[in-house]
Amino acid sequence: MAKHVIAPLSEFPAGSRKLVDIKGRPIVVFNIGGEFFALANRCPHQGGSLCEGRLVGLIEASEPGHYRYSRRGEIIRCPWHGWEFDVRTGKSWCEPDRVRARQFAVSIAPGATLVEGPYVAETFPVRVEDDYVVLEA
Amino acid sequence: MTASWSTIDCDVHANVPSMAALLPYLDEQWRDSVIDRGLNSLESINYPPNAPLTARADWRGKSGEPANSLDLLRTHALDRWNIDVAICNCLYGVQLLFSEDMAAAFAKAINDWIAKEWLDRDHRLRASIVVPIQNTDYAVAEIERCAGDPRFVQVLVLAMGDSPLGRRQFWPVFEAAVRHGLPIGIHAGSSFRHPVTSLGWPSWYAEDYCAQAQGFQAQVASLVCEGVFAKYPALKVVLIESGVTWLPAFLWRLSKFWRGVRAEVPWVDRTPYEIVREHLRLTIQPFDGPQEPDEVARLIDHLQSDDMLLFSSDFPHWQFDGDEIMPAGIPEKLHTKIRRDNALATYPRLAASAA
Repeated sequence: MAKHVIAPLSEFPAGSRKLVDIKGRPIVVFNIGGEFFALANRCPHQGGSLCEGRLVGLIEASEPGHYRYSRRGEIIRCPWHGWEFDVRTGKSWCEPDRVRARQFAVSIAPGATLVEGPYVAETFPVRVEDDYVVLEA
Repeated sequence: MTASWSTIDCDVHANVPSMAALLPYLDEQWRDSVIDRGLNSLESINYPPNAPLTARADWRGKSGEPANSLDLLRTHALDRWNIDVAICNCLYGVQLLFSEDMAAAFAKAINDWIAKEWLDRDHRLRASIVVPIQNTDYAVAEIERCAGDPRFVQVLVLAMGDSPLGRRQFWPVFEAAVRHGLPIGIHAGSSFRHPVTSLGWPSWYAEDYCAQAQGFQAQVASLVCEGVFAKYPALKVVLIESGVTWLPAFLWRLSKFWRGVRAEVPWVDRTPYEIVREHLRLTIQPFDGPQEPDEVARLIDHLQSDDMLLFSSDFPHWQFDGDEIMPAGIPEKLHTKIRRDNALATYPRLAASAA
């Protein structure tokens, strides 16, 4: 597993998402309120592009008519068949143990630590004074 | 005593022979009103008297009328097949009435008639409580009125009524049923508030009867999606005379759609398939299946449960010939469960009286 510098932090604002290609594998990276999450961009159901899905909240119920709404924007819903996946774990809501989207680690690293070292830089220059989004895949 | 029971028939029909039979059980005002208005029958077209399905030829009376007496039930079914216990479902058209008051009056009359004319006369018999489902308060009141008699073991409604049964307006009925250890029995039939298909009225009886399965499907979807089983975890629902083999395919479909839109019904917190396996039961007649026993066994496998099927003859409806009530191909290992154990697990009041 290698570390890939995928974007300068300044170009990946909260509320946005990026689809990156890591050696032929499409991976979607989300910035949700400053936290980064990465999932294989292939719905484990039938292969829909999760990057094109809507980020929704988690709706649960203690009983009929009593809604519990939480984790707004942390559930990605596949655009093809509506299956929901937790961006924090990749687990599907309906079958969390059996059906999950593959998850990858994302971190923020200062440019100073990236100028040298075993990183795969993308097609942009890495500058010591900036921070970068690094994907492990 | 449980051990001595070998066969529990979960669907036989106690047919009202004529309006005159019910008159003694109607309150005076209603009795006089029925006579005054010339109401001579509440039979619906669910089971037209001469339709083959309505009664097997050898189970008709002298003038060809469908079996409508305890003697005929005894001779042709109870004694003949050594049935230890049978649940009587009366399909007289109470659900068709638009007057809620009249529906309540007739439901009461029918339940009292069944208790006196059937249950009192044969210790093997039990009955479902006919309720005026047109009015939830009245339906609950009728359940409360009858529940003191342990021979009433179920609440009876029809597959097609005014609205889908899962809607919250009906929940007090479910609550009362659970309170008294009564499953809800949904029997084939319509109150004819709507065409029996969502396309409109079909022309022929065969279409009409087949459409019952669609009605049952919509009820299953309604009960699951409205969250009835989440609200009443102890509730059991028995589909009576529903057919059996459409259920797995329908559940595949419902479970598939649930995955995509489950957030709209968040109280459905596991697959409809699982919920149905826990809460739903089906009587075994009619059984619409392939000819080959191996294929029947595979169909039964699709239910993924040995607990769901309940033995029934559907007497006097013509669902089979001869004495083979158990459809050919149902695996032998399930017979005892179907004949007895599943019913005891479904009907708390049967289990109590068997203990």
